[in-house]
Amino acid sequence: MILDIIVSTLINGSVYALLAIGFSLIFGVARIVNIAHTAFYMIAAYCIYFATHRIGLHPLWGMLAAVVLVTLIGLISYKFFIDPIREHEAAVLIATIALAMIFQEVMLLIFSGDFLSVPSLVKGYVLVLGVKVSYQQLLTIAGALIILAAVWMLLMKTRLGLAVRSTADDREVANLMGMNVARVAMMTMGISVALAAFTGAVVVPLTILNPHMWMHPLIMMMAVVVLGGLGSIKGSFAGAYILGFSEALVVFLIPMGSFLKGSVALSIMILVLLIRPEGLFGVAFEEER
Amino acid sequence: MKKTRILLSVVLAAFLVMTIGVPAYGAKTIKIGVIGPMNFMQGKGHWNGAVMAAEEINAQGGIQVGSKKMKIELIKADSNEFLSITDATNAMERAITYDKVDFLVGGFRTEAVLAMQDIAMDYKKIFIGCGAAHPTLCIRVARDYKRYKYFFRGTPFNSMFLVKTCFAHLGFVGKELKTQLNIPKLKVAIVGEKQVWVEPMIGVAKTTIPKLGMELVGVWRPSQTATDVTAELSAVQRSGAHIVFTIFSSSVGITFARQAGELKVPAVMVGINVEAQKDGFWKATQGMGNYAMTMNTYARGVEVNELTKPFIEKYIKLFGEVPTYTADTYSAIAITLKKAIEKAGTLDADKLIPVMETMEVMVPSGRVKYIKDAKGRKLHDLAWGPGYLTSLGVQWQDGELKAVWPNGWQGVTYKGVVPYKIAPWIVEKYKK
Repeated sequence: MILDIIVSTLINGSVYALLAIGFSLIFGVARIVNIAHTAFYMIAAYCIYFATHRIGLHPLWGMLAAVVLVTLIGLISYKFFIDPIREHEAAVLIATIALAMIFQEVMLLIFSGDFLSVPSLVKGYVLVLGVKVSYQQLLTIAGALIILAAVWMLLMKTRLGLAVRSTADDREVANLMGMNVARVAMMTMGISVALAAFTGAVVVPLTILNPHMWMHPLIMMMAVVVLGGLGSIKGSFAGAYILGFSEALVVFLIPMGSFLKGSVALSIMILVLLIRPEGLFGVAFEEER
Repeated sequence: MKKTRILLSVVLAAFLVMTIGVPAYGAKTIKIGVIGPMNFMQGKGHWNGAVMAAEEINAQGGIQVGSKKMKIELIKADSNEFLSITDATNAMERAITYDKVDFLVGGFRTEAVLAMQDIAMDYKKIFIGCGAAHPTLCIRVARDYKRYKYFFRGTPFNSMFLVKTCFAHLGFVGKELKTQLNIPKLKVAIVGEKQVWVEPMIGVAKTTIPKLGMELVGVWRPSQTATDVTAELSAVQRSGAHIVFTIFSSSVGITFARQAGELKVPAVMVGINVEAQKDGFWKATQGMGNYAMTMNTYARGVEVNELTKPFIEKYIKLFGEVPTYTADTYSAIAITLKKAIEKAGTLDADKLIPVMETMEVMVPSGRVKYIKDAKGRKLHDLAWGPGYLTSLGVQWQDGELKAVWPNGWQGVTYKGVVPYKIAPWIVEKYKK
């Protein structure tokens, strides 16, 4: 059972981490609460379905195409719907909710409400200490961890990463130091949406596609971000695995109540916030000057 | 200037009233509202079945109403009931007041159908429910006949009978396992999605399973939209269950079957899995749903009566798939309503109701007869059992949905029913 819990934690935790880090990045840099973040993840999943079932591409090519396409859609959405109202946080919030709903309705119109799926990249399972773990699950964990490592490298070892972190730390100082904050925000949006698309790509062989598939991850992703501390990448990472672990524990220890996994995870988040309101790795943002 | 504005306003208002409020003066057609979640499989079934019925009737010149023949005109009403009950009631209201339908068929989700039923009753429109199974829909007819007499159940038979059928399937599969694998004491795990309609079924299952000579080893309740049930599957395997009694109506049915197939869980699946009733299930599970069994209404190649095969084949020819049970809007229009109207010679609901209540008609899924409750009150609910409606037990066998039940159940076997198959990895594990 312990191995079951570890595998489940790694899969769910990695997915939440990928989503939450992308969400956190754009919030940290541009103060954009992008409710449409998981809708991009949904679009990526549908793009992969379209590429594999309608065009006949290998799922791997479909995944690559989906990441590129969704990133472009994300950038266009940012340019036309978010950037013009970027300074009005409430307006951005409403605009991104509307964007998510539009994406949902478009997917519903194109693909209908039927449940769809994409083939696994690898079939079969391996017995680990008597527990059956599918190869696809292992691949998903590996894929998610590689992407997380790549994001960490990008943020810590590149000039772009430095710019992103600086802007996230203090936008005004970054601006005064001659950095083009608007451009950094645009590029961060690209990275953020690409992360959402990557999440869709690694998860799609394990999940069922439907136009409402963005809602549950949205709630969990926001819970992770709040738990970890708004704007903290490290916090998002830790929060994701904590909530992933709590979900796995509920499913394995309370079989009659496995549907409660989301509620239990959210209760843990509330408990932590009661003790530490800024979250686990809370970042104290500079006051707007 | 002021007078001109007033005049323009009056003209505009009159124009709007004429174009919106009075849509069809002197219509010579019978308008049938087809209401369902049109963006989903269930609604598509509603619409397709109705289209097939209308084409068939209109090709024959229409329905004989007294001395004249009237053609069918279908009105599509998207209830969007999975997402919003308000949308469903609005669609019903619009179909009756704006589109001026004469009859209504469709509806799927009980909560929505109850609300839609009330609107249809307010306007005294005959509404044949083709989707929701809750008994309350018909109990309302018995309790308040004057108000609810305009509602009739079209499909499926009510959930009390659905439960009975499920346990008949469980007994059948248990017998197959005992015979083929020589397992002395069968263990059963219940996996039911967390939905209200599942609660009474689990309660009944807990008492019925021991009565069938089987041991209940646990109950698991994933969310109806769970995208990962490996935890539940691991637990089922640890419990040593030979049979998983599934109660799924939503996407979790696909997830469960797919992951069980991927991990080759050594337990057979039987019960209700609505997603497994659809042609898309095979693709959605990437073929991993092989050997999953569920209750269903139709299977290609199975003939409940002489109407079944022509209906299924024509439906496949027109729409490229085997009909789901919501496509029984076909029977509601082309058989039940047509016969009642021709017999009564009128479209008047109050005159049609007594005719429909006493009618017994053959439809592609069996024989339709409206039953009464224990107190002898009219229910407008469907008769279940040998000679009437029984449904089928269907199993996915290498990409095809085959009927495996009834195979001698209470003396009933339909033409085209094939033997039940046990997955090879289960045979390998238990065969001694």
